[in-house]
Amino acid sequence: MKYLYYPGCSLKSSGKHYEISLLAVLQKLGIEVEELENWNCCGATNYMSINENYALEITARNLGIAEKQGGDEVIVPCAACFMGFLKTQKYMESESGIRDRVNQILNHSGLSYNGKVQIRHPLDLLVNQLGADALTRTVEMPLKDLKVASYYGCQLIRPYATFDDQWNPHTMDDIARAMGATPVDWPLKSRCCSGSMTSTMTDIGLRMNYVILKEAKSRGADVIITACPLCQFNLECFQGKISRKLKDDVRIPVMYFTQLMGLAMGIPAKKLGLKQMLSPSLVLN
Amino acid sequence: MNASSSEILTQGLTVKLEADLDKNFGETIAREAHGEKLFGCIQCGNCSAACPLSVWMDYTPRKVIAMVRAGFKQEVLSNRTVWLCASCYQCTVECPKGIKITDVMYALKREAIENKIYPKNFPVPILARTFYSEVKRTGRINEIFLLTNYYLRYNIFKMLGYASLGVRLFMKRRLSLFEKGMTNRKEFRSMLNQ
Repeated sequence: MKYLYYPGCSLKSSGKHYEISLLAVLQKLGIEVEELENWNCCGATNYMSINENYALEITARNLGIAEKQGGDEVIVPCAACFMGFLKTQKYMESESGIRDRVNQILNHSGLSYNGKVQIRHPLDLLVNQLGADALTRTVEMPLKDLKVASYYGCQLIRPYATFDDQWNPHTMDDIARAMGATPVDWPLKSRCCSGSMTSTMTDIGLRMNYVILKEAKSRGADVIITACPLCQFNLECFQGKISRKLKDDVRIPVMYFTQLMGLAMGIPAKKLGLKQMLSPSLVLN
Repeated sequence: MNASSSEILTQGLTVKLEADLDKNFGETIAREAHGEKLFGCIQCGNCSAACPLSVWMDYTPRKVIAMVRAGFKQEVLSNRTVWLCASCYQCTVECPKGIKITDVMYALKREAIENKIYPKNFPVPILARTFYSEVKRTGRINEIFLLTNYYLRYNIFKMLGYASLGVRLFMKRRLSLFEKGMTNRKEFRSMLNQ
């Protein structure tokens, strides 16, 4: 099995610690990945808002590169990229008009996408393929007594993903449990973090993140884990501002699930990007 | 009864003479959104209840659908409501009639951009358009360039509120001016111009 890896823009900048920790965890598990050559941005929600043809074309270009590079599966860790990839795949599969038009455009660059490469989220790979037992065997430092609130956000599981339960997702909770931690049951697991609204409609964006942080804290969580660079960024980088503005201390460590795994697996902190974080760091006993 | 009775009747609603409606609007949007069955909407309001942003919208998602199929083109497209949709797809998975409401919202955003009647000086479409041109320019997003260009177009003074966060992220090397980009930008751009 040849795994390709599509980082997307966030994992090369503000979400660098996602990439660092993901690659460290995969390496420890003996899974080799090869980065997609000359990939482009997935367009996120913005391309869909401006021009649907372009939105599908630029994502299909990445899928076309993956086919040309000869991978069986492409690993897409960012929730927004992952959703965009699935959407493009679905549209090209179900509407022949779109498929032909997009492939015609890709042909100019010597590319085409025919559905050969499958799209995988790392959570799917880790939980559904490797399995929780295999993950438990890699644990060197069980995260005993640690209460973890898994925050899935929106686009990771809605509307196309099939690897987890759309209504009550559990793959990150499975991972937390496999690492020896205790998942917290809470109702905002897949509530939207407002996306880029923290930079556009600031008051709304901050309020939406406040609700999530507050709920996780009131359920007794020691840490929130996420799988989306935008969720992680919002919850981590704005928690100080939210606490000051709304006069309520909602500060709490917010990490990527791969960072939490790395800690339990005994991977050194510097290989998990922990030093690049702004939120209070997790203190392990 | 006094003059306020008509106000009560129209409170929160948009009233218009039938002759002034854009009758094809509903069908246009349904087609744009890949044949979504807008006319099958039973107005149950599950979408509005599920939407985490509906409390800040002028028209809730349920009302947007009613207005679209009735032909309130100008009102829907020039309003900020559709731009408050963060594409979280909660409405889409909750709709008992299987209408992909998020995709309807996308179709409305595109229609507003195409007709140039999106709300001006409203930050969300400005960010979307900046993001669009940044990707077209370089193939990838560099957050420093994206946000600087966005605030230049929107309101440069608003950027000051983010200055200290930006510096801290820069020190942590989570923002960089020199990220490895694509090597064949020209080819990428020409793909988008076809």
